[in-house]
Amino acid sequence: MVPHSLFVCSQQKELTSKKRDEFEDILEERRLSSDLRYAMKCYTPVIYKGLSPCKPNAIKSVVLQSEQVQYVIKQLAKEMGESPDIIQEEAMEILDEMGHSMQLGTVRFFAFTLSKIFKQLFQRVCVNEEGMQRLQRAIQEHPVVLLPSHRSYVDFLMLSYLLYTYDLALPVIAAGIDFLGMKIVGELLRRAGAFFMRRSFGGNRLYWAVFAEYVKTMLRNGYAPIEFFLEGTRSRTAKTLTPKFGLLSIVMEPFFKREVFDTYLVPISISYERILEESLYAYELLGVPKPKESTSGLLKARRILSDNFGTIHIYVGQPVSLRTLASGRINLCPYNLVPRHLPQKPTEDIQEFVSDVAYKMELLQIENMVLSPWVLVAAVLLQNLPAIDFELLIEKTVWLKGLTQAFGGFIEWPDNLCAKKAVMSGLTLHSNIARLVDGHVVLNDKGIEDGAVGEIVFKRALVILMCSTYRNQLLNVFVRPSLVALALQMTRSFRKEEVYSSFSFLRDIFSDEFIFFPGISLKDFEEGCFLLTKCDAIQTTQQEIYPTDKGSVVVSFLSAMFRSFVEGYQLIFRYLSKETKEAFTEKQFIPGVRSFVFQLLEKGTTQCYEALSSDMQKNALAALVQLGAVKKKKMSNGFSYSVNQEAIHKILDVFDARTPVQKPMAARL
Amino acid sequence: DSKFIFNKKGQAEFTGKRYRLGGMVLPTFKEWIEKTFGASLEHKTTSRASLNVNDVPPPIVNEEFLQDLRATKISYSQDAEDRVFRAHGHCLHEIFVLREGMFKRIPDIVVWPVCHEDVVKIVELACKHNLCIIPFGGGTSVSSALECPEEEKRTIVSLDTSQMNRILWIDEKNLTACVEAGIIGQDLEKQLSESGFCTGHEPDSMEFSSLGGWVATRASGMKKNIYGNIEDLVIHIKMVTPRGIVEKNCQVPRMSTGPDIHHFIMGSEGTLGVVTEVTIKIRPLPEYQKYGSVVFPNFERGVACLREVAKQVRRITKLLLWLLLFYCHALKPQVASIFTSFLDGLKKFYITKFKGFDPNILCVATLLFEGDREKVLQHEKQVYDIATKFGGLAAGEDNGQRGYMLTFVIAYLRDLGLDYYVIGESFETSVPWDRVLDLCRNVKERIVRECKEKGVQFAPFSTCRVTQTYDAGACVYFYFAFNYRGISDPIHVYEEIERAAREEILANGGSLSHHHGVGKLRKRWMKESISDVGLGMLRSVKEYVDPNNIFGNKNLL
Repeated sequence: MVPHSLFVCSQQKELTSKKRDEFEDILEERRLSSDLRYAMKCYTPVIYKGLSPCKPNAIKSVVLQSEQVQYVIKQLAKEMGESPDIIQEEAMEILDEMGHSMQLGTVRFFAFTLSKIFKQLFQRVCVNEEGMQRLQRAIQEHPVVLLPSHRSYVDFLMLSYLLYTYDLALPVIAAGIDFLGMKIVGELLRRAGAFFMRRSFGGNRLYWAVFAEYVKTMLRNGYAPIEFFLEGTRSRTAKTLTPKFGLLSIVMEPFFKREVFDTYLVPISISYERILEESLYAYELLGVPKPKESTSGLLKARRILSDNFGTIHIYVGQPVSLRTLASGRINLCPYNLVPRHLPQKPTEDIQEFVSDVAYKMELLQIENMVLSPWVLVAAVLLQNLPAIDFELLIEKTVWLKGLTQAFGGFIEWPDNLCAKKAVMSGLTLHSNIARLVDGHVVLNDKGIEDGAVGEIVFKRALVILMCSTYRNQLLNVFVRPSLVALALQMTRSFRKEEVYSSFSFLRDIFSDEFIFFPGISLKDFEEGCFLLTKCDAIQTTQQEIYPTDKGSVVVSFLSAMFRSFVEGYQLIFRYLSKETKEAFTEKQFIPGVRSFVFQLLEKGTTQCYEALSSDMQKNALAALVQLGAVKKKKMSNGFSYSVNQEAIHKILDVFDARTPVQKPMAARL
Repeated sequence: DSKFIFNKKGQAEFTGKRYRLGGMVLPTFKEWIEKTFGASLEHKTTSRASLNVNDVPPPIVNEEFLQDLRATKISYSQDAEDRVFRAHGHCLHEIFVLREGMFKRIPDIVVWPVCHEDVVKIVELACKHNLCIIPFGGGTSVSSALECPEEEKRTIVSLDTSQMNRILWIDEKNLTACVEAGIIGQDLEKQLSESGFCTGHEPDSMEFSSLGGWVATRASGMKKNIYGNIEDLVIHIKMVTPRGIVEKNCQVPRMSTGPDIHHFIMGSEGTLGVVTEVTIKIRPLPEYQKYGSVVFPNFERGVACLREVAKQVRRITKLLLWLLLFYCHALKPQVASIFTSFLDGLKKFYITKFKGFDPNILCVATLLFEGDREKVLQHEKQVYDIATKFGGLAAGEDNGQRGYMLTFVIAYLRDLGLDYYVIGESFETSVPWDRVLDLCRNVKERIVRECKEKGVQFAPFSTCRVTQTYDAGACVYFYFAFNYRGISDPIHVYEEIERAAREEILANGGSLSHHHGVGKLRKRWMKESISDVGLGMLRSVKEYVDPNNIFGNKNLL
């Protein structure tokens, strides 16, 4: 597949020449000087060179009057036999609900209050200044799209705060409509540059047209950087979610139609030493519903202000030119044959391109995501439950640090900080997860002894899920070599083709769990093998792959790291093969599989607490749909699923190594 | 004889009597060229003084053919200079080769038929002896159409139509004239005007290009809004092909007899045969002509105005033409009278200060109205009214006329540039109205970006203008030049940049060419432009008409 070569090449290159910028703490200055003065500072941001300045309300009327929106209004009026005026009014309402109304006053208000709050919550907020400088140049040259990772509500507040601090144009941010449910706060966010999108509007043509045109108008005018989350929502597991394509394809369209010369996509990685919402997430994953966004909820949450959440690292990646990505790849002819204001379904080529770009951007986010020492501690701890000797933990953490760096992970280990102190400070910060008892580190499951069996399981699950949130941050860095390691164990043969087949099988099964660039299974395999060879864990010949003597430590560590996923998926598949006879909805599936796993945990037949996570359950189901083992049908009220029992059994057999992976061999291997 | 020189005082001067600019001194031009390109009069390249006959490839001519040719009494030449002269058009790389080297392949013999029958005889001989014929009209091609294919082993005959230049008859009742295809545009208009008529076809190259060439390339003229493009003007064509003569049986304004065979001929670029006689529409000379010009604060406003004018005043305004003002200023002749310059200064002041126009992004439309006096004045008012709505400001007849002349002399600027390490070229496209601005901006940006990447040290000069307006779109010209000091292979760099610019044009929904044609320069995009099937259709016509590829200039397909 030639078209991928550009993407893949650049990935490989980045792998070998990884040089990252230095960090700067922006809170340091805040602790020294007046927040009020900072909030009232002279703010003359760097803006796009082709900007034609306009007010937020002017944008709305431009959008409403645009050919694009007017066209859809007329179409709908004709189809529904309504007067265009009524539909136009509807469009206006949509715009009013959606549109931001950025005001400098509100921005200053946020600058002041956020300074106070951030200083309270976080020890440091570290930013790569070179990235900010690159961003500054990019903003002037072409329209810019900011693509941060999404782990917390703090993400977008922090990013706007950052741009304000560096005198850059403040972004307009695509936010979920749920925020509007919060009194005052919703409006405040709106005035700080948030615009609101409904969670699903696939069927509503008017909404789609208005929304798309609103975003594109701001992009074309270079009004402000546009910010949204490729992942679509906050990742509850701290593991990057597979990308959503809707907004990305909207912001790419002006370039496809050549309404702009180029567009910069800027991947931004934001990592938290301790995630503000960590326990909320764990409850949510276990099926305790997420509290609705509400102002009173927010006020209640203020008690967290007394807590310490460590350091935030923000890495602003190299702006990626969309033009460069697209060069030689897309045929623009279809865009030339239809007036540009007509809504046009993207061709398959374009869709594939959008998806490739989305994955590339997420991979770039992952690459620059800072990993704290605690992440390593969590990974070691989870493999050594219920308790691990403190000294051993330190030793293993240091060992894992080396391995992570060899695999290209971006560890921020404070200079001269001895391992013991680093581990200790992690434990202090995360005392709600783990603690030191008699020279051993154990999970913090206070109060677990008393209570019913069910409660014990639940509490244990909570703390394990919280802990795994941190280990998860390593997974996308480790996934390629680890799947090779797992494949080696599954295959029980050293023949390269067979190992590759197993690898490929695992990669397909986990396609929604981890981030893989589409269609390059072989490259991923080779990369995994390369990394394992680099750390002397395996040796390869033309036909064979086998672990070295001293490599078995690495190989078993890597497979243990992913064991909970293998076991979790097996449990979920077993549930589907045993318990489901008829078609079911997602609403039935999640509680069903949860109680299935719960019972097994109570009986003690499994230790895989992570299989309780609704995130894993959904991902497993999605993978089965993609593999054709589960059929997904659209119903009036959501989707319905039906299981192909034979296919599920086959997959289970492969997992249990009862049958080898049946797959046409890769000819190029 | 016309060209730009720098006189002893270091001021630019346009020599020759051909244009009204002739003999005028252009005081601001030097400053402009130095500022824009970083060129300096001290850094001058020298071109070869004259042709070195030894460099010229020897002619491949078979004696039997020569005997047959002599028997026809058609004059011919194998002289090196005659052959080299017909080996090229006016592309930058061709001119560069002329200055610094030699073409790898040139015609072996030049023939001068004087009438249709002579052409028939030559084509018959070519078929008999299996030769390659390349028709040559005015030699103004800018698509490498005249270049001889290097791998051509057969004798290449350059068929020069210049001696077929008579008006055969004028039919005043039907307003048509039958003309031999070799006539040069300027002579055609002059001779017709003696009888009180004109064709109204005025391509920029009309002082050199020929009627047959216009037909073969689907030419377009500046006054097409009144008179039409070549396809609107032609009533009847006679063409000699290896299969025989192709023509229609009558001279009627329109007929429905299947696909119009004229459309196989127009744009065939010499690949099917030689156009010998054309019956063309004529019009009485206009009673009244008036130039005019409008200044706009920026290109965007100007284009919007043009679009409106094209909508409301269609087929009336004669010509609208666009240039950046500083370009005009650079070419403004030194005015004799202090009074005029005073007025000019006042106007400039007015434009730049009162209206808040930024002279660097200022944009000028030049206009030419033709027709009876009353109508002209009426249309003039209509156009100025529209212009006012778009923030335009009437800038006088003088500026209009100057802009009009400028179109003709732009080509000479390139020759001057070449003497000072500046190479440049223009290229054109046609594009729907709604994409004009995006296309112009993107192509200019692409040029700047490519120059940077290719190591061009000085910022390139790139500008564009809208030269034709249609109901559905416009024709856009790009001018692009850069100082190539420090670059070892400027032509290669230039070609890569032009290629990138063309790709950008296509990606922006522009056409491969509005009227320059495809030739060999733009062949690689033909499939993309007209689809596989379309290309196959053209190929099958070629295969039927000229199975032995006698007309083997390799253009188009």
